[in-house]
Amino acid sequence: MKTLLVISGKGGTGKTVLTGSLAVLVKNKVMVDCDVDAADLHLLLHPDIKERHEFKGGQTAVIDKSLCKQCGRCMSVCRFGAIKPDFVVEPFSCEGCGLCHELCPRGAIRMKENIAGEWFVSQTRYGPFVHAKLGVAEENSGKLVAKIRQVAKELAERNGCDYVIIDGPPGIGCPVIASLSGVDLAIIVTEPTVSGLHDLKRVWETAHQFKVRTQVVINKYDLNLEYTSKVRNFCAQNSVDAVGEIPFSHDITKAVVQGVPPVAFCSNGTTDAIKAIWSRIERSLGHP
Amino acid sequence: MIISVASGKGGTGKTTIAVNLALALGNAQVLDCDVEEPNAHLFLHPEIKETRSASVLIPEVEKQRCNFCGHCQRVCAYHAIAVIPPKEQSKGGVLFFPHLCHSCGACAILCPQGAIREIPKEIGTIELGSAGQVQFVHGRLNVGEAMSPPLIRQVKEFVNSTRTVIIDAPPGTSCPVVASVKGSDYTILVTEPTPFGLNDLVLAVEVLKKLQIPFGVVINRSDIGDDKMESYCRESRIPVLMRVPFDREIAELYSNGIPFVLKKPEYSVKFKDMFNMIKEEVAK
Repeated sequence: MKTLLVISGKGGTGKTVLTGSLAVLVKNKVMVDCDVDAADLHLLLHPDIKERHEFKGGQTAVIDKSLCKQCGRCMSVCRFGAIKPDFVVEPFSCEGCGLCHELCPRGAIRMKENIAGEWFVSQTRYGPFVHAKLGVAEENSGKLVAKIRQVAKELAERNGCDYVIIDGPPGIGCPVIASLSGVDLAIIVTEPTVSGLHDLKRVWETAHQFKVRTQVVINKYDLNLEYTSKVRNFCAQNSVDAVGEIPFSHDITKAVVQGVPPVAFCSNGTTDAIKAIWSRIERSLGHP
Repeated sequence: MIISVASGKGGTGKTTIAVNLALALGNAQVLDCDVEEPNAHLFLHPEIKETRSASVLIPEVEKQRCNFCGHCQRVCAYHAIAVIPPKEQSKGGVLFFPHLCHSCGACAILCPQGAIREIPKEIGTIELGSAGQVQFVHGRLNVGEAMSPPLIRQVKEFVNSTRTVIIDAPPGTSCPVVASVKGSDYTILVTEPTPFGLNDLVLAVEVLKKLQIPFGVVINRSDIGDDKMESYCRESRIPVLMRVPFDREIAELYSNGIPFVLKKPEYSVKFKDMFNMIKEEVAK
């Protein structure tokens, strides 16, 4: 079984467009959406939710007003500025370290477990799908990513699947690192723009640091051919396979509006480009 | 006044709106808080005058004093410390996992032996400069670092309150976004009229309601997709501050790192109008 991750560094380059299309093209797999704080893949896969679970992530301090003598010890030790002048904890600033709870001389602070989100196991017309919803303004996205990856892996092993395909988050921080760990291949979707190239370099370096093999897809490649060639050069210099290029097309937006993976909707140019990308990736991995 | 620019979904045009607004106003300060993938400098081309190292505190265990009691491991809410007690054959040790550490200080402050001190560890850099009249600050998280909120908070220490401060926030709805927009007087949510744009806008709206920050929406590429965005904003009484129709020329200017107000001066007026609308909203 191989685990493939789609990431991008920069947001909005077409991760979900590609992942949604892989859901159609790749047989015998489990799909996962690890962009847990702004998940969109469900809008193309239309999951029928079979299991729903709470995700408990971290704790928040709560001050008992009846015991608090307002000595200010908690405020002076809190590194997150989470205790307001009226001795109330601001929940979205509190990172749940528990130092105030340990040090309060009156024992007036308790730690309350957070319900930081939910995760789901679903069925779709393209096969099983594991996804999640982080509560708004919550933390611990990395932990939730690790959780749903574990669930997807077990499900894929039970079902004898050939692939786990993950739609990743943007950026290079905590949820990306949690998404990268132990995958067989990271497919980086970029676009031929000054920021696309800049962000590609940083996300590639991140993957490289974690010793994950990478391939690059250039989306909207015909928007700026000069930058497309800069991206190709970057790939050549760093021995990264550039596995394909997708032309700019309003059809992709139309597919998203219809809630259909683009490969199943778009005109030949786009569909053929995406199919060619998958066949190159599949060949590069050897048969499952 | 501090105006942050956020979005939920990535790639909707946060940096474009932040940079063009700053250039239209002139007397502004841009803080790029998307420290994982900072892009504003690619459009503003600031002259960097100062680079500072940004660090967080991490524990260092003094081996002679540690008696392997395990208290640090128990109090660490993030499982960033593991204590291995000595056995007949081995000396024992304390393992530290830096990518899990939140720098709360609990292990050092609560160690009964006083065996843990805190030492700085670099997580990124902060660069300060200017592009014409516009003052510029951004943070760059070191590759491989997991935690962006501490760097975002350090970038925000450079807020110049004598200016209109424009904060370019990262995408998403979790802790880096909260760290970026917290303390803003107003947030501009940049979106696009597609199901992805709308799904993520609704989440971003929930974040701002929770943080009690007033906000409005800029609809980018406003003539693509469908009309559900307009009806959502209307029904939820969210002001639409500006609409930018899809324009291949704007997309090409963007791809080359050119802010479009420089080539399309009619937008300079629109950005100033938007700023006046925001001022009125904040005054309410």
